[in-house]
Amino acid sequence: MFARPPIESTGKGDFRLRLSPAERELLRSLPTQLRALLAEQPDDPALRRLFPPAYERDEEDEREYRRLVGDELAEGRRASLRLLEETAGRDRLSAEELDAWLRALNDLRLVLGTKLDVTEETYATDVHPEDPRAHELSVFAYLSWLQEQLVAAAAEGR
Amino acid sequence: MTGTIATPVETELERPAGEDVPADDRPWIVIVWNDPVNLMSYVTLVFQKLFGYSRAKATQLMLQVHEEGKAVVSSGPREKAEHDVARLHAHGLWATLRQD
Repeated sequence: MFARPPIESTGKGDFRLRLSPAERELLRSLPTQLRALLAEQPDDPALRRLFPPAYERDEEDEREYRRLVGDELAEGRRASLRLLEETAGRDRLSAEELDAWLRALNDLRLVLGTKLDVTEETYATDVHPEDPRAHELSVFAYLSWLQEQLVAAAAEGR
Repeated sequence: MTGTIATPVETELERPAGEDVPADDRPWIVIVWNDPVNLMSYVTLVFQKLFGYSRAKATQLMLQVHEEGKAVVSSGPREKAEHDVARLHAHGLWATLRQD
């Protein structure tokens, strides 16, 4: 009855993780899928929220922005996804690793949320088992819950 | 954070005639737009982390994004504003810059 949080600050600068084998498996497989999508179909519409425009009005300024930071932003995303994949089995995370988890989980939610066309109402609606999107909606709900827990732990550890 | 994605509605402004208009020194502002995926708590944490804002100030800005659809989160010379936008993009927030 006293459910322990999936992550908590040890008070010594790092964080203790308590996740089930099924959760860890999901957190290993999702980054692999997203990294493959980024590599093979970088123009997939589901990825558009990962790379929003910096300039709303000027296409030339926008192209220059992409040229300057596009590769760095894409590499940062691949790196945090890789780190989540590699550390999904761990019992402890450093503050830097937790930070990468947060960014990777957010990227996974942005892509899944775009694909599912998530709105504010999505969070308040139960997933109907007959819904053909039931699995993806459940994964989205789980990732949202986990990210909320991670943010709370990170804020506490600040 | 809430509702549907707020599409920035902006009318294309006519550029002043002549290409060599002296660069004016009005500051550039960084705007964060509301979206239905980013968590309110996450957005607050990112503002604290990237800009060193107090939790109270970061929360107030997050609520402004949530309730009004957008908020100005930083400003300064163009290079700084562009750097801030890139850091916000790296964290998955929907940010743009423009001259004030």
